[in-house]
Amino acid sequence: MTVRRLLGLVRWYLRELTGETAYDRYVERHRLAHPGVPAMPRREFERWRTDRGDEHPRARCC
Amino acid sequence: MTTPDSTRSRPSWRSILIWTAISVAAAAAWGVIALVRGEEVSAFWLVLAALGSYAIGYRFYARFIATKVLRVDDTRATPAERLDDGVDFQPTDRRVLLGHHFAAVAGAGPLVGPVLAAQMGYLPSTMWIIIGAIFAGCVQDMVVLFISMRRNGRSLGQLARDEIGPIGGAAALIGVFSIMIILLAVLALVVVNALAASPWGTFSIAMTIPIALLMGFYMRTLRPGRVLETSLIGVALLVLAIIAGGWVQASSWADAFTLSPQTLVFCLVIYGFLAAVLPVWMLLTPRDYLSTFMKIGTIGLLAIGVLIVAPILQTEAITDFAVSGTGPVFAGKLFPFVFITIACGALSGFHALISSGTTPKMIQKESQVRMIGYGAMLMESFVAVMALIAACILDPGLYYAMNAPAGVLGTTVESASTAVANLGFTISPQDLQAAADAVGEESLVARTGGAPTLAVGMSEILSSVFGGDGLKAFWYHFAIMFEALFILTTVDAGTRVGRFMLQDTLGNVWKPLGRVSWKPGIWATSAVVVLAWGYFLYAGVNDPLGGINQLFPLFGIANQLLAAIALTVATTVLVKSGRLKWAWVTAVPLAWVAIVTLTASWQKVFSTDPRIGFFAQRERYADALNQGEVLAPAKDLDQMQTVVTNSTVDGVLAAFFALLVVIVILNAAWICWRAVRATEPLPSTEAPYVESKLLVSAGRFSSTKDTDAAEDRP
Repeated sequence: MTVRRLLGLVRWYLRELTGETAYDRYVERHRLAHPGVPAMPRREFERWRTDRGDEHPRARCC
Repeated sequence: MTTPDSTRSRPSWRSILIWTAISVAAAAAWGVIALVRGEEVSAFWLVLAALGSYAIGYRFYARFIATKVLRVDDTRATPAERLDDGVDFQPTDRRVLLGHHFAAVAGAGPLVGPVLAAQMGYLPSTMWIIIGAIFAGCVQDMVVLFISMRRNGRSLGQLARDEIGPIGGAAALIGVFSIMIILLAVLALVVVNALAASPWGTFSIAMTIPIALLMGFYMRTLRPGRVLETSLIGVALLVLAIIAGGWVQASSWADAFTLSPQTLVFCLVIYGFLAAVLPVWMLLTPRDYLSTFMKIGTIGLLAIGVLIVAPILQTEAITDFAVSGTGPVFAGKLFPFVFITIACGALSGFHALISSGTTPKMIQKESQVRMIGYGAMLMESFVAVMALIAACILDPGLYYAMNAPAGVLGTTVESASTAVANLGFTISPQDLQAAADAVGEESLVARTGGAPTLAVGMSEILSSVFGGDGLKAFWYHFAIMFEALFILTTVDAGTRVGRFMLQDTLGNVWKPLGRVSWKPGIWATSAVVVLAWGYFLYAGVNDPLGGINQLFPLFGIANQLLAAIALTVATTVLVKSGRLKWAWVTAVPLAWVAIVTLTASWQKVFSTDPRIGFFAQRERYADALNQGEVLAPAKDLDQMQTVVTNSTVDGVLAAFFALLVVIVILNAAWICWRAVRATEPLPSTEAPYVESKLLVSAGRFSSTKDTDAAEDRP
């Protein structure tokens, strides 16, 4: 495996792990479900996504 | 991906050779650990025994559970596929999900428990961490994950109600809530003990709050969703905060950050309350990112350090305390107390809450429960092994000078040196002071709780790889920061989860309290949760007998009893779904953990030895108090009263936890009996079969990096 490929893998992994790709996935999903309807801008989407956390707390273990 | 069993071919010679070699290496390592006495044993053998055993456990036992016991079916659509809503339910790459799941299950628990258990020697702890994980902890996580996945991601409380019945369900729910309170209190106590009278540590940890706020605002307003870049900034600031802590300690600000344990309790309670009522984007989410990055990074660093340095273990294999039960760190004999002191890392009931929460809603294919459930717990077990190594490479004299209660050690290096000599170990006052100076602390005497000990061990290991003695103080505070960050994240999230549980339950009694948007309700329930753990935290800080010494067994019992509840649910489901033949897979660990914890609770409640039994302790101090006498380590009548109150509360709790679990187990036994006697199978609670349409590639990068796929190949 080349260094480039390895770095690509690390970057892909970290982006997926942190949820940075959530917006891309949402846009893709939205495009398929409601073609022609503009998707939420990123700012709005991230707000909505984070604020959901207020009502859906995730436990962290010890 | 996994190949269906029917097409299984004969194993290749290469595979047979490799697995034979792994088995021989693991067996040799176990031989060295178990049999070598009076010679130097390198930590390398612990690592080898662990990794070899994990590989065998994962390859053979986990595979057996997946195919024979659970009968995972990759043609069956998972809830992530069927109910995909792009939010809660979404098929997630298994390696990413493994990362999520690991970050959610691993915290300070596997770091603290092994450090305290090191008083029994390295052999029993190592055996329990590795064997316990393979046959109990990983099995619990994997089976609960599977059961919850087959039921659209229902929570442990719901599963208990559905499978066992309303009484078992209610007992489980009360159990989960009260266990969480104890857990938060004990974890917070670890932080308080690590930060008390340490301006360096206190400053660094205090700085995590503005750093988290800054990250929160940055992601909210400037760069929405740019988590990686925000986290990098955060981690850089965090490292700066650790370095700056050293400057603060040397400056005139030091006094402002030198806080007593009582003040720290106050700060933590207020912080916990704010974190629970503020919107998550401000504090909780950014802190969670920081904590995840630090977790993965530091554990990786430590693993590299242990492998490169391969330090020599200083502790005996089995100490006299294991047999006599008179150890200063926690009282009681090897059985049952090693098995409750090391909870996380070997078997942790709390994991069942994670395995039945978010994770099952994100699994792509059923067979992945093996990698995610079993695999993540193996990783946590390895973290515990490393924590044990970090504690066991310390000079025993230093270990006891740090971990015996303050009441025994006194406050000066001289008194501590004498006390350690009375325990049968040696450390000179000069050496004790030198050890404190090396890590940039005023004193290391009676720094109980495990975190400072682990930090000293980690600084030994990391400084011999990176930076030499000059960086010891940095690495010590780096380790303290890393643990405190974990724990505070758990406290934040736990308080919030506790608040929701309370709102949910009280909402049945009085509607408005259940509404998640009604501010007074949020404040009131948050305050109740914070005050509940705050009470135990405060009691622990003021306990003359040592809060960790008193509360940690309670925490261990609580966590293991939750495991008993989870394993009971798992066994009941196996029996009810016609897998009676294989029910031993969860029934045997259940029997073990039930015996261990009920024995421990029994001793904690009924033992006549006042060092172990809470009520015997209460009686001893209450009698003396009536005579107007003061018993050491209490210094005055007020402290005598504190001991009496604390031991009463702790004793009642130990009895209460045990009672809850007995109720759940008896109720489940009755259900299982009915299931076995029934002429036709009981109605299934699984979601009906839907054929999977999802094609899962081996991942975005199907390359040699993908070791799991290689392991899965027959």
